Amino acid sequence: MKFQGTESYVATEDLMVAVNAAITLQRPLLVKGEPGTGKTVLAQEVAHAIGRPLIQWHIKSTTKAQQGLYDYDAVSRLRDSQLGDPRVHDISNYIVKGKLWEAFEAPEAPVLLIDEIDKADIEFPNDLLLELDRMEFHVYETRQTIKARQRPIVIITSNNEKELPDAFLRRCFFHYIRFPEREVMQRIVDVHFPNVRQDLVREALTLFYDLREVPGLKKKPSTSELLDWIKLLMAEDLTPEQLRASDARSVIPPLHGALLKSEQDVHLFERLAFLARRDGR
Amino acid sequence: MFLTFFYELRKGGVPVTLREYLTLIEAVVAGVAGYSVDHFYYLSRSALVKDERHIDRFDRVFAQVFQGLEGAGGSVEEVLAQIPEEWLRKLAERLLTEEEKAQIEALGGFEKIMETLRRRLAEQKERHQGGNKWIGTAGTSPFGAHGYNPEGVRIGQTESRHRRAVKVWDKREFRNLDDSVELGTRNIKIALRRLRRFAREGAASELDMDDTIRSTAHHGGMLDIRMRPERHNKVKVLLCLDVGGSMDDHVGMCEELFSAARAEFKHLEHFYFHNCPYEALWKDNRRRHDEALSTWDVIHTYPPDYKLVFVGDASMSPYEITYPGGSVEHWNKEAGSVWLQRMLQAWPHAVWLNPVPRESWRWTESVAIISRLMEGRMFPLTLEGLDQAMRELNR
Repeated sequence: MKFQGTESYVATEDLMVAVNAAITLQRPLLVKGEPGTGKTVLAQEVAHAIGRPLIQWHIKSTTKAQQGLYDYDAVSRLRDSQLGDPRVHDISNYIVKGKLWEAFEAPEAPVLLIDEIDKADIEFPNDLLLELDRMEFHVYETRQTIKARQRPIVIITSNNEKELPDAFLRRCFFHYIRFPEREVMQRIVDVHFPNVRQDLVREALTLFYDLREVPGLKKKPSTSELLDWIKLLMAEDLTPEQLRASDARSVIPPLHGALLKSEQDVHLFERLAFLARRDGR
Repeated sequence: MFLTFFYELRKGGVPVTLREYLTLIEAVVAGVAGYSVDHFYYLSRSALVKDERHIDRFDRVFAQVFQGLEGAGGSVEEVLAQIPEEWLRKLAERLLTEEEKAQIEALGGFEKIMETLRRRLAEQKERHQGGNKWIGTAGTSPFGAHGYNPEGVRIGQTESRHRRAVKVWDKREFRNLDDSVELGTRNIKIALRRLRRFAREGAASELDMDDTIRSTAHHGGMLDIRMRPERHNKVKVLLCLDVGGSMDDHVGMCEELFSAARAEFKHLEHFYFHNCPYEALWKDNRRRHDEALSTWDVIHTYPPDYKLVFVGDASMSPYEITYPGGSVEHWNKEAGSVWLQRMLQAWPHAVWLNPVPRESWRWTESVAIISRLMEGRMFPLTLEGLDQAMRELNR
């Protein structure tokens, strides 16, 4: 049961080792990296590759650790008590299972994705320490302890918006997805668009890496943006010659909306284009 | 099994713990790494390093321990060997003023300096500190770091201390540094978070469970649902930033602080001033002369529950604070200290953040004056200082 990447996901060797270590030792894997380098997709691909179900838990700023375990639906119970429903006598009717509980109960150890853990409150990872460590928790309302049948494979992603507590980090394997080198990027593009013209990809990659080099960009375009852009270029049926020609005339690449996501960045490029035109004259 | 490695990592500044070490052993025993050195490297990195900032340190220790390289990348010769002379000269030409170029001539020109440096490097084999000939730290020889000589060539020091040396080459520039700017803002945001003060205001949109249960019981079991407004951070901040002149050195740090504060506080107003606040403040540096706001208007606009944060190095001539007409750019009828006191009266919760390190404060008269005016509420613009400042504001 080794993860080797899939036909739609290019995994570098260090990533494979990290994933396999996490699978073998049944410890959580924490994945960090620039936005758009495939952190979330990794969990989907791992689940796909080893043939396990995927349970996704997307974290928001309001998410509490408790919600991953269970929720006690007091309001329904209150309402049922008003209506004289007999279900009201059993409190377990009102315990709503969370994602972690679901993962613990699954007959076959699933892949559990805890996405963007840094979005939650600072205390969130601390509240999950014991649950992720021992893979069990206690339900106070029904006085039962839920224990994982098989330890799920936990993949946690973070966008670096908050520092994670040390105690939490010590329990995880860690992998930082570096921005792909040109050769790796070429492979990624090939995997996603097997039918694209190679010369177009070469032009696009050159433009793309040049773009990332421009100093002062607020948000550098990343892998997912490049893939969107190439998809657009294919849809518009642009030729590599057109790409190159437009490059010479202005600095702004065609269909730049897919690459530059902030208006400040677009302004920056417009200024650069203006300067380039002025110098060219 | 890898105890030396473990201790070397700790010595090298990678915060590894016993638990992580045991995890690594467990993984090795389980055969995750196979028998390949590369895989062992990836595995130990994944198990022992938990922060991308430490990967570089980890790599150095790994190389040292497992390949027997001595002091990886440490010696000056090694670094110098990688720097083409052409590059050095170009950099020097760009950085130097005419005056400084003339000073270089004092030592026989740039070529001479580089020539001498190369010879000295060849003669010198050990680390050196003090003295006036060898390359080392804190001496008066033109070569080395932290020294003082107008013709100095700095080696292995990230920033200019006396703002005089000819050229820095820090070997760390040759390595990939991780996104430390972003890390900076994140840490600042965490520090600013101390200033959160939650309050419930606005439309009642959240179920108040406790009150609902209490009220239902009170009505003899008739369901009575109670709602309450959501929690919001209601801290209001007035940020006054010193721009231009001596603050140019600290632009990066101030930008970080500003962008972090922007993201953290919903009620944030910012104003700019130069050196010391006088009768006018402005919001846009490009149009500061046409769109300046009267400080009186600002004082009257924002209620006293705003927290006032100054950011500035407070380094100026003392006259700029204490005398009318002391401003460097215009004629001010009233002294800066008068305006500062007015603002402090309007907003009693105030701090001054100073990007200059605390050790250097006592060398500048004006810092002491401002600090006195602020009643000691001046803090260095470091994470620790920021933390203290936020505590002060929360009082």
